[in-house]
Amino acid sequence: MSKRLNKRSTIISRIGKAGAGIGVTALILAVYVLLAACSPELQSKELTLATTTSVNDSGLLEYLTPILKKDTGINLKIIAQGTGQAIKTGENGDADVLLVHDKASEEKFVSEGFGVKRIEFMYNYFVMVGPMDDQVGLKGSGEADASAAFKKIAQSNAVFVSRGDNSGTHKKELSLWKAAGLEPSGGWYVSAGKGMGDVLMMASEKKAYTLTDKATFLAMKDKLELQMVLENAKDLLNQYSVIAVNPEKHSGINKQAAAKFIEWLTSDRVLGSIEEFCKDKYGANLFYINSSGKK
Amino acid sequence: MGEITKSLLEAIKLISSLDPEIYGIIGLTLAVTVLSTFISGILGISAGLALGTLNFPGRNLVARIIGTFMGLPPVVAGLIVYMLLSRSGPLGSLSLLFTPAAMVIAQVIIIFPVITGLTISAVRHGSGRIMETCRGLGFSRMKTLYFLIHECRYAVISAVLAGYGRAVSEVGAVMLVGGNIRYKTRVMTTAIVLETGMGEYRKALALGIILLVVSFMINWILQRFQEGK
Repeated sequence: MSKRLNKRSTIISRIGKAGAGIGVTALILAVYVLLAACSPELQSKELTLATTTSVNDSGLLEYLTPILKKDTGINLKIIAQGTGQAIKTGENGDADVLLVHDKASEEKFVSEGFGVKRIEFMYNYFVMVGPMDDQVGLKGSGEADASAAFKKIAQSNAVFVSRGDNSGTHKKELSLWKAAGLEPSGGWYVSAGKGMGDVLMMASEKKAYTLTDKATFLAMKDKLELQMVLENAKDLLNQYSVIAVNPEKHSGINKQAAAKFIEWLTSDRVLGSIEEFCKDKYGANLFYINSSGKK
Repeated sequence: MGEITKSLLEAIKLISSLDPEIYGIIGLTLAVTVLSTFISGILGISAGLALGTLNFPGRNLVARIIGTFMGLPPVVAGLIVYMLLSRSGPLGSLSLLFTPAAMVIAQVIIIFPVITGLTISAVRHGSGRIMETCRGLGFSRMKTLYFLIHECRYAVISAVLAGYGRAVSEVGAVMLVGGNIRYKTRVMTTAIVLETGMGEYRKALALGIILLVVSFMINWILQRFQEGK
């Protein structure tokens, strides 16, 4: 390799060429990225849905998104957060529509003027899951309600993993502890602060008990070393609602797409698809229908 | 060891399947990281040169503030950008939250201090002597700056490489301001978190391997550029 004395002009021209090359590439990328975000025509067809991690992790929304696109042309942008965070996102006007499952916060959301109307459309049941050896002996014990089962867990030395994230599931769990007259704390009560999928993985690792929605559990069952220990208790009802964010409160809310989405979601055809979702895969419904919207 | 091999095979399978979703994620990762590093590079090298060579009142204070921001936890930067871009925040009317543009903004805020701080170190060391020599040789201001960059090119490009490394490894901030939305704001790192949360460890590790390979290639190109002079 010959070593030549680099002339100043050669260096500068090489810096220039390399810089120009990188600059052009970066600029093309910049244009792509920014165009993708800001095109107004694309924006009117985009609907931002803030929803719970439990609905998202069940796979239902992934299943519905292409059908929605085909039927209405709407591109669904799904932001999966806990119910608490999703409601805050709605209050801030960063989403156009919510799909959540905590009646008390939902009613507050609407009564405070952030939401248009709360429309119940589907439900399923929470279930309690626990380790394969079920040391507390909940399975088949015929407990009538979950709060009694919670009491049993607190009195044993089993570990309980909580969502700990203000989600609908977390709020349900807290209401069950309250009904049992307990305030859980201590080394056995693990507040994870994570989504449903993550919490199930954690409970599986720790051989612990937790509260989950049936859909997410069934969807992840083969990755978990957990079994259902209590289902069909009357205090385990899990009601989902869809709420359009009030467009008067913030500018930029896509109210047409939100209205269209809700109309589509509560139509007989789509409700039927929701009922059928994964029915043959798991031998039972993941979601049941109870729409109070138009039929 | 078996799991890693299986993940390696899964990585190869993902790439060769030409799955548009995976390629979309890789493409978006490249777009966001390269763009934010490029912008931060231009701003950071300029600022670093100014702070490293010029003497103005308050220079040391500014340099120290930049140094502090090098240690800014990225997720805090993400949170601040989130609050700024939210519709209930001051810049809400721009509707930038949950878009790739927001991710670039957050990353620039994180990387700019890093590149600036490292450029200051790169330049400060020999700048006095070099600038005296250039002045002695009668160089114009522009020529002096070119020469300075050339002399410190190795360290300056290292600064850019460090910035790129920060960009490509960022998870918390881009998750917050981007929302990890499928097909829209999902990048390799947030996809890995998602797959891990769903218990898909093999797929997550496969994505991690792909990310490492992509990052390695970019580093390799930049280092060739570094040595080629």
